[in-house]
Amino acid sequence: MKSRLLWLVPVAALLAAPAAMAKTVKIGFVTTLTTGAAVIGNDMRDAVELALEDIGHKMGPVDVEVIYGDDEFNPQKGKQKTEKLIKRDNVDIVAGYIWSHVLMASASTVLDAGKILISANAGPSQLAGKGCNKNFFSISWQNDQTPMALGEVLNQRGVKTLYVLAPNYAAGKNMVAGVERTFKGKLVGKDMTKWPTQIDWSAEFTKVKAANPDAVFTFYPAKHGPAFIKQYQQAGLTGKIPLYSVYTVDSIGLPRMQQAKMEGVLGTFQTQFWGPDLDAPQNKKFVDGFKKKYGKYPSFYAAQAYDSIFFIKSAVEAVNGNVSDTAGMRAALEKADFPSVRGKFSMGKNHFPVQNFYLREVVVDKDGNWTTAIRSTVYTNHADTYGKDCKM
Amino acid sequence: MNWILLAEQFLNGLQFGILLFLLAAGLTLVFGIMDMVNLTHGSFYMLGAFFCATFAAWTGSFFIGVILALPVTLAAGLFVEFIALRTLYERDHLDQVLATFGLILFFNELVQVIWPLDGLSIALPKYLDGAVSLGLGVTYPVYRMMIIAVGLAVALGLYLLVSKSRIGMLIRAGASNRVMVGALGIDIKKLFTLVFGLGAALAGLAGMMIAPILGATSGMGEQILILAFVVIVIGGIGSIRGAFIASILAGVIDTMGRSFLDVFLLTFMPANAAEAAGPALSSMLVYILMAVILFFRPQGLFPPRSG
Repeated sequence: MKSRLLWLVPVAALLAAPAAMAKTVKIGFVTTLTTGAAVIGNDMRDAVELALEDIGHKMGPVDVEVIYGDDEFNPQKGKQKTEKLIKRDNVDIVAGYIWSHVLMASASTVLDAGKILISANAGPSQLAGKGCNKNFFSISWQNDQTPMALGEVLNQRGVKTLYVLAPNYAAGKNMVAGVERTFKGKLVGKDMTKWPTQIDWSAEFTKVKAANPDAVFTFYPAKHGPAFIKQYQQAGLTGKIPLYSVYTVDSIGLPRMQQAKMEGVLGTFQTQFWGPDLDAPQNKKFVDGFKKKYGKYPSFYAAQAYDSIFFIKSAVEAVNGNVSDTAGMRAALEKADFPSVRGKFSMGKNHFPVQNFYLREVVVDKDGNWTTAIRSTVYTNHADTYGKDCKM
Repeated sequence: MNWILLAEQFLNGLQFGILLFLLAAGLTLVFGIMDMVNLTHGSFYMLGAFFCATFAAWTGSFFIGVILALPVTLAAGLFVEFIALRTLYERDHLDQVLATFGLILFFNELVQVIWPLDGLSIALPKYLDGAVSLGLGVTYPVYRMMIIAVGLAVALGLYLLVSKSRIGMLIRAGASNRVMVGALGIDIKKLFTLVFGLGAALAGLAGMMIAPILGATSGMGEQILILAFVVIVIGGIGSIRGAFIASILAGVIDTMGRSFLDVFLLTFMPANAAEAAGPALSSMLVYILMAVILFFRPQGLFPPRSG
């Protein structure tokens, strides 16, 4: 009799296991870990790992497990990986997403499952406006905001004529719409190039030269950035027509540009919500920790990824580890009450941050490395323009 | 539209066409003579760029990088031909496409294993890294001028090789009737290997030439490979002359489309419609060109005479 019931022991153990496992909060993190754009994804993963170390892999009473998904820089693959995270890995929260088109393809998978989705980079206008969702949060920015700040900078600097060059996809269109909204001068030319395949701008630069504008505005993320700057220099435009960019020159591309001696990038301006030299206690901890662990400057992608872990932590702690309490977590996320690398900021009604934007210049730091320095504050507590269309 | 802009855009088109030609020349020979669809051609373009960037970084000189990378790319081509492609000549095109597509995936992963994920850049000497005035108000990047010069020199060299030398005679003979060349006692296998190596080196040279502009990145070969196939189909498969003319044609039309199509559309379309239609239509132009040419000349512009 006794031996007959022995099989019950492992069964009981198995049945008990899920209860024990519920003490872990599972976060799915979708980013790009293959293709050339993997340098961005790796930077984000580095930051997530650093953040996990800094919080001792604990959020309040529960342990944290992060499962990465590789979107392969492709909307279909991004959606597949998101489905896998939701259905197979059964994650509690999904975060990440570099690319607006990947996020747009994947968002409904998470939101239809009733789970919380946090964008650590992409900020397409659709999700900020009419398509906003109670369970969607951005820990970065809405795409238009950074170029809007840049448009203000152009006005302040007396730029009268502008030429715009950007890739023809969701984020590219948002960036151009942003700068067009605030720039008061005249747009003398605009080229939207095929994304991500076109990486040679010979024809476009010749048009820029012929139009001879006061300034050029551009947005080319990932490996396109260094190639753009390089060809700009080779076309003889560097030093003749000032270049203003958003998300084109970052801490990932700068070491490579330095190695290729692309001096044309020094002294160019960009706008951003953050910078490695931004004065906030959490930022000092993050930048110093990142440089110590990985021996390089963190990119803004890394800053957002780092913030997203602390952001999630504030929500998990608010519900005391009971992550099935989505409403409780949502209420906590709406307060944005956590130490952020950008200092104190608030969450807008559409769940996008209301925050400052700064003008940054590419400079050489005291160790001889190329980085950016904050020059002025362009916007204080800026909310995006799509929020008014958001009903929730 | 002023003529300085037109002249500079023509130079841009010419430079792009020349680059396409370097790639298409090898492709058309391999396809024409061996009847082999070789998608790996794009990988040699990529390997050339990576080898050159590596050697340039070691030696500190772009030119020494090119000189060292050429034989290495050639050797890589011969090696791939020897271990993998040689068995495929007798198979049908679908098998060749599958196998060489597999090689593309292999090489794309391989360069990511060996080199940094975001690829490599090449620093150019100062005198190549700017623009030069060509008189009459036309200025043009020095380095792109050099690409045009190198491409024209290669075209001339290939012309002399193919139409004036004994090897060239065999290549031409091979393109029109393979079996007969073999029957006349020529070692067709050796000829194939030679042609393949030459094609790989030319593709590598194209990669080396473009690397200082675009950088060397994994997967850089595929995009341009499609255009190179379009070019050899337009030019007539197996014809170097056809590949040259079709490359220049495709390069100039593509560039002109990107430059002037939106302005042209604006003359009879509302601004936002032209803005949307311009980029879409200009990326189709080369394919439209191919369709038109194939309609009138199904064998391409210069089909090799075959018996």
